[in-house]
Amino acid sequence: MTKKQIELSVKEVSVVEKPANRARLVKAPEHFISQELIADINANGLDETRRGFLRKGFFSALGGAAAGLAAPMAFAADEGDPAILEKQEWQTTLGKNVATMPYGVPSVYESNLIRRESPGLTRVSAASVAFTPLQGLFGTITPNGLHFERHHQGWYNLNPETHRLMVNGMVKNARVFTMNDLMRLPSVSRTHFIECGANTGLEWGNVAVPTVQYTHGMLSCCEFTGVPLKILLEECGADLKKGKFMLAEGGDGSGMTRTINLESCLDDTIVAWSMNGEMLRPENGFPLRLVVPGVQGVSWVKWLRRLEVGDMPWNAKDEAVHYIELMPDGMHRQYASIQECKSVITTPSGGQQLLDKGFYNVSGMAWSGRGKIKRVDVSFDGGNNWRTARLETPILTKSITRFNIDWVWDGSPAILQSRAIDDTGYVQPSIKMLRDARGNRSIYHNNAIQSWKLDSNGEVSNVQVG
Amino acid sequence: MYRLDKLFAHLSLIALAIFSAQLAGAQSMQGASKFPGIGRSATPAEVIAWDIDVRPDFKGLPKGSGSVEQGQVIWESKCASCHGVFGESNEIFTPIAGGTTADDIKTGKVASLTDRKQPQRTTLMKVPTVSTLWDYIYRAMPWNAPRSLTPDETYALVAFVLSLGEIVPDDFVLSNTNIAEVQKKMPNRNGMTRNHGFWSVSGKPDINSQACMNNCVKFVQVGSTLPDFARNAHGNNAEQNRLYGPYRGSDSTKPPLAKLPGSIGEGLAHAAETHAASTKGPAALFKNENCSACHAPNAKLVGPSIADISTKYQGQSGAVDKLMAKVKNGGSGVWGSIPMPPQSQLSDEDRKTLVVWVLSGGK
Repeated sequence: MTKKQIELSVKEVSVVEKPANRARLVKAPEHFISQELIADINANGLDETRRGFLRKGFFSALGGAAAGLAAPMAFAADEGDPAILEKQEWQTTLGKNVATMPYGVPSVYESNLIRRESPGLTRVSAASVAFTPLQGLFGTITPNGLHFERHHQGWYNLNPETHRLMVNGMVKNARVFTMNDLMRLPSVSRTHFIECGANTGLEWGNVAVPTVQYTHGMLSCCEFTGVPLKILLEECGADLKKGKFMLAEGGDGSGMTRTINLESCLDDTIVAWSMNGEMLRPENGFPLRLVVPGVQGVSWVKWLRRLEVGDMPWNAKDEAVHYIELMPDGMHRQYASIQECKSVITTPSGGQQLLDKGFYNVSGMAWSGRGKIKRVDVSFDGGNNWRTARLETPILTKSITRFNIDWVWDGSPAILQSRAIDDTGYVQPSIKMLRDARGNRSIYHNNAIQSWKLDSNGEVSNVQVG
Repeated sequence: MYRLDKLFAHLSLIALAIFSAQLAGAQSMQGASKFPGIGRSATPAEVIAWDIDVRPDFKGLPKGSGSVEQGQVIWESKCASCHGVFGESNEIFTPIAGGTTADDIKTGKVASLTDRKQPQRTTLMKVPTVSTLWDYIYRAMPWNAPRSLTPDETYALVAFVLSLGEIVPDDFVLSNTNIAEVQKKMPNRNGMTRNHGFWSVSGKPDINSQACMNNCVKFVQVGSTLPDFARNAHGNNAEQNRLYGPYRGSDSTKPPLAKLPGSIGEGLAHAAETHAASTKGPAALFKNENCSACHAPNAKLVGPSIADISTKYQGQSGAVDKLMAKVKNGGSGVWGSIPMPPQSQLSDEDRKTLVVWVLSGGK
């Protein structure tokens, strides 16, 4: 199958799959009877009048959706849930063939969870950000199609046959590697988070965006496969005593360049071609990118074409004009690279709506660019009292750790927060502490505790406390 | 036996010859490769072609020169449409020039970064090194045609940018011989610090928080919330969450609910009813075909906004055919001097869909 054919068949299948008119998803009876009637029935039981109401509501609801039903209703409404009592289309007809979708896509019911741009954040979509919908994710791994995007001059599908990696500078031998070469080398597979240095940057001054997709969605986590940087540099005879710095350069129009700290990053940096078991996606650097665990995403140069070992930093545009942090004294912090310990509750989170009071599994993500997550505490009262959450395994270094905590919501307003601690003992700070130390014009490296306010109507919103 | 020995000797000579050739090819690598057969030496021409970076010590800077005057001519034809004639534009990218003073050039630290008199930081207020400007312009500009400038053109453009900040006079000629002197005049050359713990994994954090567990805050005060007018500014939250399950999105097109929807989700959208159509249809086509790189719904970017186009052609007969031809073949002059490139990759059907949608104001 050619690429075009695959695209075509996916298109056709999507049309067939779209359930707008065809699916007979029968609503549960609760969805079309009023709260008052339920309360009435709960209080006074069923009599003929109330039974009549139920039937009426039931049939009117079925009127539109059940046009295809030949037989009359076999059950009275009060006998139970039509989702159980009625035969569904998928129980009674033949399903689709294998490989109907040669490259599988999520259920149509998941179509709301997609990467999105933040309106007004950037002015040109080729140099912009698309945020990961963290509010809908589970566990620690970001699906490849939802990995956040940040490009500086648009993205391309680079031809892997003509892609080259050059290693030069302070090496005995400047060398060139093809993808054929690189993929023969000893590889490692490691799970790491990648976070843009500007993640949560909009919130330095005040609350600016509604949902966790926009506050924290420049964050993803994948299992990356590639050759350790150290193997490549040693193979080229790099002078690692004098060469403490490395320039990584991308093959896109921006020729993206970043200086890498070899003293800090040599041991775990990977020259990677794979994410989550398949080749890198073009938006994420296909066929080759640098993976620099714990360091801000801008240094994970995509479409990687060149590595140069040197004895001083390069002061590239994205190290001397952008990705610098303005301090209150008018100085800019330059080469601030490490993503410090941070966490956020993803469910419930800003812009979400709870249905009712009662039990909830409150869940979120924690990560640290300096090591492993040691503990996560959760507060439901705006930071006055804290309980320690469960950490799900495996807990990996410089990777996302999922945390969960049981909560019974009594229906009264609450402010939810999470606070992560890493294995260096560093405790995630409040926004106030960050502003006290760095002012509010820093943009980058905001790892503050996030607060979500839950109102008694079940709506969750983004707030800052203190 | 003799013949066989001779044959072996002959073979090993050949093998030696091949081996030597390989060695020569590898430019006499010192120490044996751990991974024989993988990779090859880069030729000098290849290194020159790719190793174009320029460091603050000007290692890598090609020889050449260019004047402010020459720079201005190139600027107006290739740069001004995005950056403004004086590098002041804030439309498409943040401004290049402004906010620096003669005093800053003396001190090497931009005062407006501290006194906050300048509302927005410009490039010249931040960049400490001329090398950065040279490197970036040469490697990545212009925006839609990177790597199209010659070294001399780059010198000229850097000279012009510096003249906008009055760092060099209007009759200046920048070259590889005087660029280091110019770097000593950069207004923010002393404005960067590496005195922080974020460069290395073992660096010291600047904040030392504690993990208090009980009675930590006397009074919890909400300091900042999203203003009501911004409730729907990021689109409807309901369409950005699952339509089933415990965590729905709030309908941000409407005021907050008066009470809890209850386990039945009263008043909320349900899975069978709504599917975000945002990945299909003309709006998605507009984005996927990169029309949105130049055209925004309401604001002028590189090209006119959808709203402006729709207003201009409202009620005109033949507008669809006219614009379909323009999209296919490109055009210029109607909305300014920046031409719209031809979009010949579009099918007739897609082209029509897009034109009709744009003429409807993107509805």
